Amino acid sequence: MNDVSITVVIIEDDRQIRRFLRVTLEGEGMIVHEADTARQGLIDVGNRKPDLVIVDLGLPDLDGVELIRKLRGWATLPILVISARTQEAEKVAALDAGADDYLTKPFGIPECLARIRALLRRHAGNAAGPAQRFGFGEVSVDLAARQVTKGGQPVHLTPIEYRLLATLIRHADKVLTQRDLLREVWGPSHTESSQYLRVYMGHLRQKLEDNPADPRHILTETGVGYRLLSGRG
Amino acid sequence: MTDHRPDPDQLLAELRREEHQAARGRLKVFFGACAGVGKTFAMLEAAQARAREGVTVLLGVVETHGRAETAALLEGLPRLPPTQVEYRGHVLAEFDLDAALARAPQLIVVDEYAHTNAPGSRHAKRWQDVEELLAAGIDVYTSLNVQHLESLNDVVGRITGIVVRETVPDRVFDAAAEVTLIDLPPDELLARLADGKVYLGEQAARAARHFFRKGNLLALRELALRRVADRVDAQMRAYRADQSIQPVWHARERLLACVGAGPGADRLLRSTARLAASLHADWLAVHVETPRTQRQPDAQRQRTLKSLALAQELGAETCVLAGADAVATLLAYAQSRDVSRLVVGRSPQGGWRRWLRPGLAERLAQAAPDIDLYVVAQPAGEPAAPQGEALAGFYADTGAPQRASRGYLAALLGCAAVTAIAALLHLVFDPANVIMLYLLAVIGVALRYGRGPGAAASLLAVLAFDFFFVPPRLSLSVSDTQYLLTFCVMLAVALVVGQLTARLRFEATVATQRERRTRALFDLSRELAGALTAEQIVEIATRHLGAVFGARVALLLPDGADRVRAAADAMPVDAAVAQWVYEHAEAAGRGTRTLPGADALYLPLRAPMRPRGVVALAAEAHALALPEQRRLLDTCASQIGLALERVHYVDVARDAIVAMEGERLRNSVLSSVSHDLRTPLTSLTGLASLLAERELDPAQARELAASMRDETRRLSQQVTNLLDMARLEAGVQLNPAWQPIDEVVGTALRGAAPWLGAHRVRTVLAPDLPILRFDGVLIERVLLNLLENAAKYSPAGGEIVVSARVVDGALVVSVSDDGPGLPPGPTARLFDKFGRGEVESATPGVGLGLAIGKAIVAAHGGIIDAANRAPHGAVFTFTLPIEPAPSLPHE
Repeated sequence: MNDVSITVVIIEDDRQIRRFLRVTLEGEGMIVHEADTARQGLIDVGNRKPDLVIVDLGLPDLDGVELIRKLRGWATLPILVISARTQEAEKVAALDAGADDYLTKPFGIPECLARIRALLRRHAGNAAGPAQRFGFGEVSVDLAARQVTKGGQPVHLTPIEYRLLATLIRHADKVLTQRDLLREVWGPSHTESSQYLRVYMGHLRQKLEDNPADPRHILTETGVGYRLLSGRG
Repeated sequence: MTDHRPDPDQLLAELRREEHQAARGRLKVFFGACAGVGKTFAMLEAAQARAREGVTVLLGVVETHGRAETAALLEGLPRLPPTQVEYRGHVLAEFDLDAALARAPQLIVVDEYAHTNAPGSRHAKRWQDVEELLAAGIDVYTSLNVQHLESLNDVVGRITGIVVRETVPDRVFDAAAEVTLIDLPPDELLARLADGKVYLGEQAARAARHFFRKGNLLALRELALRRVADRVDAQMRAYRADQSIQPVWHARERLLACVGAGPGADRLLRSTARLAASLHADWLAVHVETPRTQRQPDAQRQRTLKSLALAQELGAETCVLAGADAVATLLAYAQSRDVSRLVVGRSPQGGWRRWLRPGLAERLAQAAPDIDLYVVAQPAGEPAAPQGEALAGFYADTGAPQRASRGYLAALLGCAAVTAIAALLHLVFDPANVIMLYLLAVIGVALRYGRGPGAAASLLAVLAFDFFFVPPRLSLSVSDTQYLLTFCVMLAVALVVGQLTARLRFEATVATQRERRTRALFDLSRELAGALTAEQIVEIATRHLGAVFGARVALLLPDGADRVRAAADAMPVDAAVAQWVYEHAEAAGRGTRTLPGADALYLPLRAPMRPRGVVALAAEAHALALPEQRRLLDTCASQIGLALERVHYVDVARDAIVAMEGERLRNSVLSSVSHDLRTPLTSLTGLASLLAERELDPAQARELAASMRDETRRLSQQVTNLLDMARLEAGVQLNPAWQPIDEVVGTALRGAAPWLGAHRVRTVLAPDLPILRFDGVLIERVLLNLLENAAKYSPAGGEIVVSARVVDGALVVSVSDDGPGLPPGPTARLFDKFGRGEVESATPGVGLGLAIGKAIVAAHGGIIDAANRAPHGAVFTFTLPIEPAPSLPHE
């Protein structure tokens, strides 16, 4: 993905973090624009037409969640949020406002790059239309035939479990809030019944993970939601 | 020589008095023999002189009585407008105490010291207003006539034939800083009167003609001069004591006035007060309640209480004693209080009664020949007792009336029964023996029901005996007069037995009352001793006082702004009165002289350091009128005050300990944090300088960078712990949701992956674990900390086992390692903040992880614990309660 130059806008008030992100991303051949305020960031996103924007939730002039809401008003580009660990509620708010993924401070470079790649890939993939087949680990899912196999053996999933898995696949590598999942699988009236979600997610793990207690693909983002790790990128 | 040295105690007392007076204002009394001598004039002149000295002077109340020369002296001095008090449709102009206090002049002129305020004012008397002004540090000039002095009131009344009701207690007069006698010879006064220079008022004019006779004026002048001379004499003594001119006399005299129920009690008390004053002695006023006085009408009781109140006003300590024998009781009390002289009234009774029943004075003289006895004449024809509200006996035997009516019935039935039995026995026994049966009945009735029924029984017995058993039977004939003797004997027996019974009963009642009081106090003290909080004290005090005094009770405690407040559910009280009582540490309200119109009695809860609150009691008037009751109440109040003060200081001490503990913890945090944060920072600085300043080959550089990354991770973990702890300290905010534990175990393992690289990790989750309600983020934190701990304290390559199972209705999660195990000592210490197992450890990490875990698990209602496992290693376990889970819809 480094042959076509990718443009990234970083909206972050801390100079050191901006610098290390810039060095990292430029090392990956990306073009980086820095903004230290939300105002400047909005202008940059408008002018530079970036492929991705990285937003820090604690900005001096505007609340990060508010900024994301504004961006989402006119832009469909992927938004990656960086926030401190204690801000679970803020992360959820940011995701609900339209952010695509988040990174918890402090984060390492590999983690950051993985997220950015996943976001860019998913964005490109969406544009290309849904794939017919999807695989992670030993699991393979035929989306057209609605068939799931693990290590070649067919796995029986209940309708809800399948819908849950399909939703996760549709948003693979992206964090989904519990609210998102509940809305997509159970419908808009069940967005508060998170215990259903947890139980079915447990069932999915039992059926698809090698060690359900130490899952490799169907991951919980504690306090936020779930993420399906495809293992690519 | 030693005789002339000042007594240290006395010096100290003198110092205290001076200190007390320095804060208080000075009272100057312009004292005269009667109206018209020029007190107001002299007072205003003095005030003008002070004003010229630059003192701020306020005219509070000045009565010029329309005299031009006096009015001229008002010139240039600000006057305080009077306040309007409405009373029974009239609007009365009164001295505005609050306004005066608010204006806080250096000196205030308040005429007519003895004035009685309109009902509804704060104080009943103006001298009390003056007291408050003095207490506020304001100097006061006031005027007073000799006839208004309490102790001389009756003397003046006897001389002039005019009794004034407005009086001032001698003690406030004696406490005045200065008394200036305004003297005018009677001839000059009469001349002024003739010139119309003395204002007398319309109605007073007639009385005045009688009053302003030369003889009267001379007598009044003499009284006034003598009173001032007494004062000067006392000052001289004080001066001599101060200067230690001669050894001070120590033996203290104590007088005891025996207050009877008769109308002359007030005069007796005034005489005693004067006598005590001239002897510089303390004095007591005592009333003895005996079975005889118990039968007195309520009005007399009421009068006795009034007399005791007067005695208190005159400076006596008052007391009501109870005893079957007045003389013995009085003497016992006198002895216990070291009384040297007794003052009694001479009963006006004369003639045969005097021989039958000698007066108290005679009996006292006989019983205690070694005590000085003063006998004061009692007037015979004083006005009848005032109308008083019905008042139960001081030591009321409430069963008495019913018992009496039942007694007469019993007398009748008893005689009837004996007659019936005698009718049978009569056939066998002589009449002389039969009558013994009647005697038995009479004794029985008298013993059980007292004198009246006993007497009735004796009469009935004689009549029945005569009627039924003495021939001619069924008739009362003249020859039966010989049975008069029988009747007399029976009557005498009945009376004696009845008397004895009444006495025993009375003593029992008195003992019971005393026992009840002691018991009440004992119970209160005992419960208060166990009270740990002010709320408990309020509850205990309210309950006890309510029960003992039959009153509704409210306790008011000061808040942060020093305003007293009652609990929300307490009896409604007048907050203003309570606040006044709290600030002045004096009683007020019903039954006192301050704000007597209030519905309740307000007492300060005094304690050694300061008042701790106010207690308000709303009770029947008589319940608190008795001096003993008031004393009991005062004692209770000070017990409560002491308890409140104790609790206050317990709080203060606890705060101090908490502060010390906090200080210790802070120090521990600081040293721990500085160690654990500085170590990685030092290595980071070192590694970074190496990278920045040395030429390194790429492999070396990468190695250094990797170390920096590890150190940074360590640092980050510690900062996270510190922040978590701070957040938990501020109060654990749970955000619970229904979820399986597996999920959290998974995320924790993933989160701990960076430290667990060198260890083998095994998870043992029991199948079909229930879903639980907990805060996933926080429980993940607990697991992360336990995993981190296990990784830190067990050698690389070791195995770490995470397991979860259900034991006894709770989910038990454990993390075990095969390291060296726990250090010896109590495991609970591991979970203390900064209580790391090993004292000086090279293993990094602020010892916060386990403390955080403990706080989180406790907030979930679980328990965290640690133990060693065989053959070696440690196991940390925490539990989470299992609640019935909501059911899930089937697909």
